[in-house]
Amino acid sequence: MTGTALKKEMDMADIQNSEAFENHASENNTAWQKVCTKADLVAFSGVAAWLETADGPAQVAIFYLPGLGQGKGDELFALDHHDPFSNANVIARGIVGDLKGAAVVASPIYKQHFRLEDGQCLEDEDVKLRTWKVKFKGDEVWVEG
Amino acid sequence: MSTQQQLIIIGNGMVGHHLVEQLVDNGALERYQVTVFGEERHRAYDRVHLSEYFSGRDADSLALCEAGYYATSGVELRTSEAVIEIDRNSQEVVTEQGRYPYDRLVLATGSFPFVPPIPGNDRDGCLVYRTLDDLDAIQAAAENATTGVVVGGGLLGLEAANALRGLNLDTAVVEFASRLMPMQVDNEGGELLREKIEALGVQVLLERATQRIEDGEASRHRMVFQDDKVLETDLIVFSAGIRPRDQLARDCGLEIGERGGVVVDNQCLTSDPAILAIGEVALWNQSIFGLVAPGYQMAKAAFSTLTEGDTQFGGADMSTKLKLLGVDVGSIGDAHGNQNPSARMFRYLDPIKQEYRKLVVSSDGKKLLGAMLVGNNSVYDTLLQYYSNGIELPDEPASLILPQSSGAAPTLGPGALPETASICSCHNVTKGDICATIDAGAVDLGGVKAATKASTGCGGCTALLKSVVDHELEARGVEVDKSICEHFAHTRQELYDIVRVEGIKTFTDLIEKHGNADTHRLGCDICKPAVASILASCFNEPITDAAHIPLQDTNDTFMANMQKNGTYSVVPRVAGGEITPDKLIVLGEVAKKYSLYSKVTGGQRIDLFGARLEDLPDIWGELIAAGFETGHAYGKSLRTVKSCVGSTWCRYGVQDSVGMAIQLENRYKGLRSPHKIKFGVSGCTRECAEAQSKDIGIIATENGWNLYVCGNGGMRPRHAELFATDLDDEQLYRTIDRFLMFYVRTADRLQRTAVWRENLDGGLEYLKEVILEDSLGINDELERQMQTVVDTYQCEWADAISDPEKLKRFRSFVNDDRPDPSIIMTSERGQLRPA
Ligand SMILES: Cc1cc2nc3c(=O)[nH]c(=O)nc-3n(C[C@H](O)[C@H](O)[C@H](O)COP(=O)(O)OP(=O)(O)OC[C@H]3O[C@@H](n4cnc5c(N)ncnc54)[C@H](O)[C@@H]3O)c2cc1C
Ligand code: HEM
Ligand code: SF4
Repeated sequence: MTGTALKKEMDMADIQNSEAFENHASENNTAWQKVCTKADLVAFSGVAAWLETADGPAQVAIFYLPGLGQGKGDELFALDHHDPFSNANVIARGIVGDLKGAAVVASPIYKQHFRLEDGQCLEDEDVKLRTWKVKFKGDEVWVEG
Repeated sequence: MSTQQQLIIIGNGMVGHHLVEQLVDNGALERYQVTVFGEERHRAYDRVHLSEYFSGRDADSLALCEAGYYATSGVELRTSEAVIEIDRNSQEVVTEQGRYPYDRLVLATGSFPFVPPIPGNDRDGCLVYRTLDDLDAIQAAAENATTGVVVGGGLLGLEAANALRGLNLDTAVVEFASRLMPMQVDNEGGELLREKIEALGVQVLLERATQRIEDGEASRHRMVFQDDKVLETDLIVFSAGIRPRDQLARDCGLEIGERGGVVVDNQCLTSDPAILAIGEVALWNQSIFGLVAPGYQMAKAAFSTLTEGDTQFGGADMSTKLKLLGVDVGSIGDAHGNQNPSARMFRYLDPIKQEYRKLVVSSDGKKLLGAMLVGNNSVYDTLLQYYSNGIELPDEPASLILPQSSGAAPTLGPGALPETASICSCHNVTKGDICATIDAGAVDLGGVKAATKASTGCGGCTALLKSVVDHELEARGVEVDKSICEHFAHTRQELYDIVRVEGIKTFTDLIEKHGNADTHRLGCDICKPAVASILASCFNEPITDAAHIPLQDTNDTFMANMQKNGTYSVVPRVAGGEITPDKLIVLGEVAKKYSLYSKVTGGQRIDLFGARLEDLPDIWGELIAAGFETGHAYGKSLRTVKSCVGSTWCRYGVQDSVGMAIQLENRYKGLRSPHKIKFGVSGCTRECAEAQSKDIGIIATENGWNLYVCGNGGMRPRHAELFATDLDDEQLYRTIDRFLMFYVRTADRLQRTAVWRENLDGGLEYLKEVILEDSLGINDELERQMQTVVDTYQCEWADAISDPEKLKRFRSFVNDDRPDPSIIMTSERGQLRPA
């Protein structure tokens, strides 16, 4: 459900921003892409990134929880920036925390919680955000999309 | 029994309704087809709290049951239909609409206010105080009145006087006897009461018998007294006692007492065994009981009689505790000590604090027979327990009424009460009943209340009930869980104390030291903003500093309120609502440049909506350059100080309300608190700034400022309560400093002052003791803390736009400069709005 809602919006966005879109569309759809550096991230919080994927553009929320994975990775998470409950692109601006053992982000609009691990909404089992693979390469942040 | 019997109840007041509840709850409707006649328009309502009608409650919230209760229970309720005759021969009651047969009949007609037979007592604007309709009439009459008089200085008279005062009338009380509340207090107590009430600006005239009421010269009426003295007034409320509504019973020949009242026995049966009487209309053992608790007990006895049970009515305790015009008055048992010839009395009078307490004890000094309290009811609950449970008094009974500091005065803890101790007298709930519900599975106060109804009557036992329930739960090893969330086993107040005492300055430190070990110690959207607010209240470091930024709600993070489409609003501070034309022009120009929707708020400033995240720094840069600063519309903090135009322009104003509002707004701006705080300042009693609906309301007087606290608008409006009078500017700042800091210190997260105040044990009196009398000895500290916050104020936006590190978050995407393309606007009435 989330996917189609997002897709539809992006179609409108494409029309609005066709110039910008073309610029990006000319890029190669590689599996892993660099989005930013560590300095762009905010520890224990999120930032949003614009991603071109094979399925079209996507807005991705990237969260950085230093120390959470105790050195085994697991300290970067990437999921939909789009909040399916409010239909606004705001997830990266939510508060990060842990509930019942899982790291979560709370939507800043209506406060539902989404598991960072897999995007699952804790309040509504039918709702799940998309997730992307994300990792550090040195100081760079790379997302597979 | 094949057919149902017809049971008719006349009167849908408090007691009649209680009987219906008994019948419904105990399955008696299989046997009886019940019809209730009520003369009033409204279904049964809480007459005890009638006066709250003037402080914002309406008929629906005062009602004793949901609107559909009667219909769904299968009881026929006929409101606005008075019974005009009882025909005992044919066993029928008669109304204008028809005749209705009965097998059993219950009279629950209550009483009517006695209006003394004074010529002129039926003039327009001569009213009584008993029903919702009476209150509507008073309110209507008060519209174009400036003065009001209450005839009768008893309990209800003083309550009516308070109501008139609340309607902004200059109020006087005229009493026939030589003291106020002659039934409840003695001469010394009455004198103290008079002083206190006069200090509130209510005139008290004693030993005045009104001879006649005629046209006045300056006002609508003139009251002429026995010595030809006169008093002019626009409105008169008679409250000279109540009389049982026994006319129906008289007309059909039931036995009536000499001074009125339908005679009943222990089963509440009248002289006709088919007919019962309960509540204020019933006369038992030569007594009328003018309180709701005995009425409820009669209803229970009547239910028992109707169902062949054996519960009887055996008289009732008339002990009462009240707050009249803000003055505590308590009376227990034989308060005058004139029913027990051998009784001995202890008296304590504090002429400075204006408190009076009297104990009436048995000749051996072991039992409490009665007590009287004026000015301070804090020992009432304890004394009542000694009295009603016959608990042996301590060796020095006087210690019970001496001030706390002079030693002893042990309050009876909940553990010391016997099982039979009555906790809620309205619903006759004992400590034993409470223990039983807990043993049967109730796990909190709400559960106990639902199961026993305790504390749902007059509410006088709320604090006692809570302490008994908490005590019993703890005794059973139930941890009363007050944790803020799964990360901390502490309340907000405890976290606040920890932060202050240990000087902890970051969330990370706090959760490391005091967080629950079995979580990831990341916190959550409950505890993080709460701790952020505590840290800001204590240390006032910018909320956008690196250590604090992940704690903030998005609104605080971006120092703007997120709207439903992900854009933000911009609200610069306009202290007191005063703004220069030049600044107005800047607001207009900025709004135009960034395509912002503009609206004037109820807080007397201008809200610009639809700002994109990446535009916020530029918008604020321009605003700050023009001399604006952040308005904290996003924060749990001071919002606005609303003001009327005041004495500088207004012909009625007595003080400069705008000047004061600006002073206050600038003093408290930036204070982070458990929830938002709103102020209002009015320049005279006309109250154009609606200050009494604010957390802090200030109304100018000839001599300074009256301070009101803990008001609220919104879903559950609450009038602010008068806290201190005639303060000068300095006193006003100091009192507000203390009040706000005490609130910041002790409230729960997201608890507005109104709710905080309602949950505060000891209520307004306690608050006054702490803030005005420094009973906790913390006022210096509270003032110091507030001064620190005032001294360290800096505009968060000014701080942020000068720090590139902080500005880095103000873009839609880390890797792309484009704005979020899915924000789409459309136009309406010449401005943009979300599509
Ligand atoms: C302002 C105020 C404050 C009070 N404060 C307190 C307090 O703090 N504590 C306390 O214990 N008590 C207090 N009381 C007293 C308490 O309200 C009464 O004791 C209680 O309401 C009595 O209940 P009742 O059912 O007997 O009478 P009511 O509640 O008066 O009900 C009687 C009903 O019968 C109706 N009726 C009468 N005749 C007929 C008829 N012929 N046909 C149909 N209907 C009829 C009346 O209209 C009325 O609605 C207060 C009362 C007032 C007015
Ligand atoms: C649960 C109830 C309420 C919520 C959640 C709420 C929320 C808000 C929010 C978010 C704003 C800021 C708007 C913005 O700038 O984006 C606001 C402003 C305002 N609200 Fe409320 N509000 C509530 C109840 C009330 C009530 C009951 C009143 C009045 C009695 C009120 C009066 C105002 C005023 C006057 C403003 C503008 C204040 C200013 O100028 O900063 N609000 N409210
Ligand atoms: S409250 Fe008084 S001073 Fe203020 S505007 Fe109204 S009338 Fe004038």
